[in-house]
Amino acid sequence: MSVKTRVVGTSVSRKDALEKVTGAAKFVDDMKFGPGLLHAKLLRSPYPHARIIKIDTSKAEALPGVRAVISGKDFNQYIGLYLLDRTLYAVDKVRYVGEPVAGVAAETVEIAEDALKLIDVEYEELTGIFDPEDALKPGAPILHEKLGEYECAPFIFPQPGTNISNYFKVRKGDVDSAFKQCAHITEQEYFVPHLQHTPLETHVAVAKVDDAGLYTLWTSSQSPFAQRNLLAKSLEIPYHKLRVITPYVGGGFGSKAGVSIEGCVIPLAIKASPRPVKLHLTREEEFYCTFVRQGLKAKVKIGVDSEGRILAMENTYYWDAGAYTEYGVNITRASGYSSTGPYLVPNVKADSYCCYTNHPVGGPMRGFGMPEIHWAIEQAIDTICCKIGMDPVEFRMKNALKGGDLSVTGGVMHPNGLKKCILKAAQDLSWDQPKPKAGEGRKIGRGIAAMWKAPAMPPDASSGAILKFNEDATVNLLVSGMEIGQGTHTVMAQMAAEVLGIPYEWIRVHTPDTDYSPYEWQTVASRLTWSMGNAVVKAAEDARQQILELAANHWGCGLEELDIQNGMIIQIEDPGKTIPLKDSVIYGIRGKDGNLRGGPIIGRGNFIPPDVTPLDRETGQGPKAVVHFTTGAQAAEIEVDEETGRIHLRKISSCYDVGKAINPLNVICQSIGGIYMGLSTGMFEQLKMHNGTPLNNNLSDYVTATVADMPDEIFASFVEVPQADGPFGARGVGEHTMVPTAPAIANAIYDALGVRIRSMPMTPEKIVCALKQKRLESKDKKKIEQAFASIE
Amino acid sequence: MGNVINLKVNGLNYSVDVELGETLLDVLREKLDITSPKRGCEMGECGACTVIMNDLAVNSCLVLAIEANNAEIYTVESLKKNGKLHPLQKSFVDNGAIQCGFCTPGMLMSAKALIDRNPDPTEDDIKEAIAGNICRCTGYKPIVEAIKKAVSTMKKEGS
Repeated sequence: MSVKTRVVGTSVSRKDALEKVTGAAKFVDDMKFGPGLLHAKLLRSPYPHARIIKIDTSKAEALPGVRAVISGKDFNQYIGLYLLDRTLYAVDKVRYVGEPVAGVAAETVEIAEDALKLIDVEYEELTGIFDPEDALKPGAPILHEKLGEYECAPFIFPQPGTNISNYFKVRKGDVDSAFKQCAHITEQEYFVPHLQHTPLETHVAVAKVDDAGLYTLWTSSQSPFAQRNLLAKSLEIPYHKLRVITPYVGGGFGSKAGVSIEGCVIPLAIKASPRPVKLHLTREEEFYCTFVRQGLKAKVKIGVDSEGRILAMENTYYWDAGAYTEYGVNITRASGYSSTGPYLVPNVKADSYCCYTNHPVGGPMRGFGMPEIHWAIEQAIDTICCKIGMDPVEFRMKNALKGGDLSVTGGVMHPNGLKKCILKAAQDLSWDQPKPKAGEGRKIGRGIAAMWKAPAMPPDASSGAILKFNEDATVNLLVSGMEIGQGTHTVMAQMAAEVLGIPYEWIRVHTPDTDYSPYEWQTVASRLTWSMGNAVVKAAEDARQQILELAANHWGCGLEELDIQNGMIIQIEDPGKTIPLKDSVIYGIRGKDGNLRGGPIIGRGNFIPPDVTPLDRETGQGPKAVVHFTTGAQAAEIEVDEETGRIHLRKISSCYDVGKAINPLNVICQSIGGIYMGLSTGMFEQLKMHNGTPLNNNLSDYVTATVADMPDEIFASFVEVPQADGPFGARGVGEHTMVPTAPAIANAIYDALGVRIRSMPMTPEKIVCALKQKRLESKDKKKIEQAFASIE
Repeated sequence: MGNVINLKVNGLNYSVDVELGETLLDVLREKLDITSPKRGCEMGECGACTVIMNDLAVNSCLVLAIEANNAEIYTVESLKKNGKLHPLQKSFVDNGAIQCGFCTPGMLMSAKALIDRNPDPTEDDIKEAIAGNICRCTGYKPIVEAIKKAVSTMKKEGS
């Protein structure tokens, strides 16, 4: 079914573009708070695991210019999204290097820094855990003694007395007998290190508590309503007295979801009331004092029949979730219900463990587990393709989940374009043509990887939208999904304009203020286009209905005889009969009886996923685990230097099934940005740690890909198999675009050199070492063969 | 007591009282309320604070305010003239070179400094000019494309 649209499906200019190219766009650090503003600094733990014996803040408090000093003695409340395992400031123990122990608000940043040096903290060091598998060993130190007492969401199951904050499993079919029937089996281990999202804007928040007891928080956040919810609950503030204002965000990628530094700022603002208090993380703090991406150790086992059909998978994921898992804990579920990758697998055993370690707090990052597990799954599949001599594209085409197939959790997969995406990604690299000739001392390789991802969220994550007409028929659209660069304001305005029948330019979309904007769960999980989009469409339909009813009453005709086009109400059969919206959306329309009706038109819409069901705790099976999956594939063609291990990316192709591209240019730009982040994290990025102490806390030592590292050519495309419950058929694609990049490159390395890099990032050193290892092995093999030959 | 420096920012003259340790970035943002140069790292690593000082693109976080005495500074606020976007700005809008927008002012000023000194840059020149500007959203390609297209627009307009 295709509906003719005017503005949906076109690449109109971004709503925020003008502000952002002129310098007019305001971020939190650009806002002014006057001379009363106090500056906060946090005293952070130097130890990965230690008991706090004593904190003495008296000398800091006495320093002139210091207005508030606090610690976990003053504020010991718990906070968290899914599992309340974190306190605002450390209480009794510290569990990672960088954990806030005390905070100071002072007249200047320098005074606050000086005050930190005057705080006396006595620690008793404890044994730390720096590997997720060590966390599970008998006798391992327990990081959270009160794990059994923590409040948590109904789908999270902490294991008291252990370091496991959640365990998710899938038991489908019978893997043991299935593996016995397999013609080929591969069993491998993969590793993904901690990463830092590294948004260009570091975290910044300003809080103020006025004399009437009203709290205001300005923060660089993806989640104004989750901020309000978690902070109000933790600090026992009535929700209507906590106002969260979130202007533009300078990059999030998950690091600004949920609550992070805000829990430290509000307590300082309470103590320093009524003066506003600002905390702005340094780049160094940004690296390890807010969320990092969880590390992963993955063990995957895949078995296929002689035709190359997958019969069984047995996957175990050990998440290095860090010191607190209040948000990150849900990664065990996400990686569990997606544990097979986008394939039809009749027999599955999957175990996913969220393991506490004395590493920084593992939180959400773009893809939420999917780049990590696909790193393992897609390379294991490539291995099996090599083993059975089947083309990796053919293998994936054969096993890809299609509409109607049963997914890993037993639900019915919806119609999707995965196979089209796999073919397109391959075609764009001329997959069936011979590889070009490599330069001297170099090899060319090609690799492909597919992916799927569902929004990871509670079943009741909902969206609201309010749409207000102005006197000239322009519209202010109020939503609380954050514009973090993905272009959500643009697509929301496109959808509203489409339904309302007004030009796109007539709509302004606002950054949220929880006092005035409607509820939105969070800007995460690539859920806005779908969920908030549905709410916006309903709000626009609501307004449209109100307007058409007035006109129908005025003209004495049926609603079906009317339309709104280009800001005019028209009679479809008699386009000469019109009423301009500007005459009617505020001032009403006089009905046939001579009375004015209407008044200011305000549309409202809301959306909640209606039918997600819980999964059986023992089997992980259920009719509908998630709202939907977005699928896609990427392929890479690389040239690699055999001596230096340096990779030159020649071409990367990508194709996703977006349901409906509301703004095609935005989809393509999201794809290119995703390829960048996929290759940057896959080839360069790693938060290096030694016994819990981060070693590369700056942008010189934490290397990200630059313009020079980008592929020579990028082929980004999409297909559109409509999402039945999506606005105009759309589903999300923000995170997905980075998921298969790294395994596609890794598979290309194998194709070029015959070595497999199982640990991210794929550095030249690792490639050179793997090549040396391979040469040694083949030499040994030759020696052994020669020895045998001489015996015979 | 501080020191008074004189500087010209976006065509306007200012006299500003500065501390010895204060940076040009501090002066622009805190004293002149010109907030387009962003604080991304304050170590000269990210390029978000790039401005043009005496015809060169510089990280304003690495320039001491007193070093900027008598300097001529341009920020992104100077690009739009008579209500019309600069071709670079227009091209960034049209070619998907903007996402979160935090790197955008610095990126534009690096590009502006390049085409001011070399109106006909190659793709490699463009890549080199923005090599010090980190962008975590766009994947750089649309930015390079936008600069290329702006260059060709300017050549056409100039001819």
